[in-house]
Amino acid sequence: MKLITAVIRPERLPAVKESLFAAGVRGITISRVSGHGGQGGVVETYRGSPYVVEFHEKVQVQIAVSDPFVDPTVDALVKAARTGNVGDGKIFVQPLERVIRIRTGEEDTEALTPVER
Amino acid sequence: MKTLPRLVPATAVLASFALAVAQGESVADVAFALDTVALLLSALLVALMQPGFALLEAGLHSSKNVINIFMKNIADFAVAALAYWAVGFAIMYGGGLFLRNYVTGMNVPNSADFFFQMVFAATAATIVSGAIGGRMKFGAYLIFSVVMTALIYPVMGAWQWGGGWLSQLGFADFAGSSVVHAVGGFAALGAVLAIGPRLGRYAGGRAVAMPGHNLAYAGLGLFLLWIGWFGFNGGSQLAFSTQADATAVADIFLHTNLAAAAGGVAALLVSWALFKKPDISMTINGVLGGLVSITAGPDVVTGLSAVAAGAIGGALVVGSVVMFDRLRVDDPVGAISVHGVAGLWGTAAVGVFGGANLGVQLLGTFSYAAGAFVAGYLVFLALKVTIGIRVSPNEEVRGLDIVEHGLPGYSSEDRLRDPVVVGAGD
Repeated sequence: MKLITAVIRPERLPAVKESLFAAGVRGITISRVSGHGGQGGVVETYRGSPYVVEFHEKVQVQIAVSDPFVDPTVDALVKAARTGNVGDGKIFVQPLERVIRIRTGEEDTEALTPVER
Repeated sequence: MKTLPRLVPATAVLASFALAVAQGESVADVAFALDTVALLLSALLVALMQPGFALLEAGLHSSKNVINIFMKNIADFAVAALAYWAVGFAIMYGGGLFLRNYVTGMNVPNSADFFFQMVFAATAATIVSGAIGGRMKFGAYLIFSVVMTALIYPVMGAWQWGGGWLSQLGFADFAGSSVVHAVGGFAALGAVLAIGPRLGRYAGGRAVAMPGHNLAYAGLGLFLLWIGWFGFNGGSQLAFSTQADATAVADIFLHTNLAAAAGGVAALLVSWALFKKPDISMTINGVLGGLVSITAGPDVVTGLSAVAAGAIGGALVVGSVVMFDRLRVDDPVGAISVHGVAGLWGTAAVGVFGGANLGVQLLGTFSYAAGAFVAGYLVFLALKVTIGIRVSPNEEVRGLDIVEHGLPGYSSEDRLRDPVVVGAGD
């Protein structure tokens, strides 16, 4: 089991959701975040004086998946989030010790398997 | 027939006048009522400029100072209402303190005359608020507001509108390019020089931008000011019930709007050429610069010269903002340029376009500028050496909302993406 955290461009979120859904991935958590990686600061002008926009708005996507889903998820994220320009973001894959579904008490892979409806 | 419902209000007004005359009330009574109502409505429009200033200043300042800006704008309007009533009006127009024994020369009640003048005093006072924002102690600002509306504005206002030495020289300032705006703008210049720039504003030897936190607030503030200005200039005709007066007011509306529009377009184009993008804050300042530029003579210009006066005023404001920045005069909202510099130009413009004596216009406007500058600087200096005018560097970095008023204007989350201020920790 892995926790996959992706920091992406906000405008790529619709494509990323679609791509993840097509890959069979269910259950994502998103949040608004601010930061910068290799992109660095952008210099703008305000009332004739320069200023640096250091932190850029990003969307962070978190997905917990069982082992067979790790590569499809990463592929789906990369495919949908990439524009080829600096600032596309990063994907972090971390091991997960334990997962519990609160409603049923199911653990680990069972807890990560989507409910059939 | 479909247009009939729209005619009903106008017809009703006409009918009530006809009825009033038929019931034996004289035409003079109707004129008195009409003059009074029009003056009071004009005053309300001028009062609408107060939320305009509050929103404009709040939008152009940081999100950590938004409560402080609103508190200053609420407080200076309230202080003006009291101080100008108690003391200021008597100094400017005669009569005793507290509006006692005053007899107006206008065809309206004394209280209507006073109310219209009071909102002008409040305008002059509130101009200073944005220029010294982000670093001033609230208590010291309150005291300054009292002095401004009880003494500085009334003493200098009397030179012209109180029948003083400038009016005797034939100086022309219809609605106050000099009496209100240059006084507010140059008092702000004196105040800014006394208090100094915001922390980090000129770090590393160059001007560092401190972008406003909500340019939509600033834009809304501009619209309120623009609309309010029709009361400022139109109402300054002071009489409305004759054909000549009504025509004059309508022409003033037209000229005021033309100058505002020309000022905005000029500033938009100049900022686009200079900074590669059309700058909203400069365009806002440009519209206001156009409005200030027409305020001295909206009654004596033609449409074309109103456009010329406004366009020059709008362009002048952009150059002036950049120039004051080079001189390290930190005016976050451009009040010195908009009200001070455009006020000088607008007053001179009556000599250029409106047939007034240019020499007298220049003498008058520079007298107002110099008087207000010295008064503003001295009051701030006196406050500085007694109770202090500036918060500590640490307090300034934390923001006046928390430090002076004990609560944040926004949650800290909303402030995470504020642009980096280089050298703010100096």
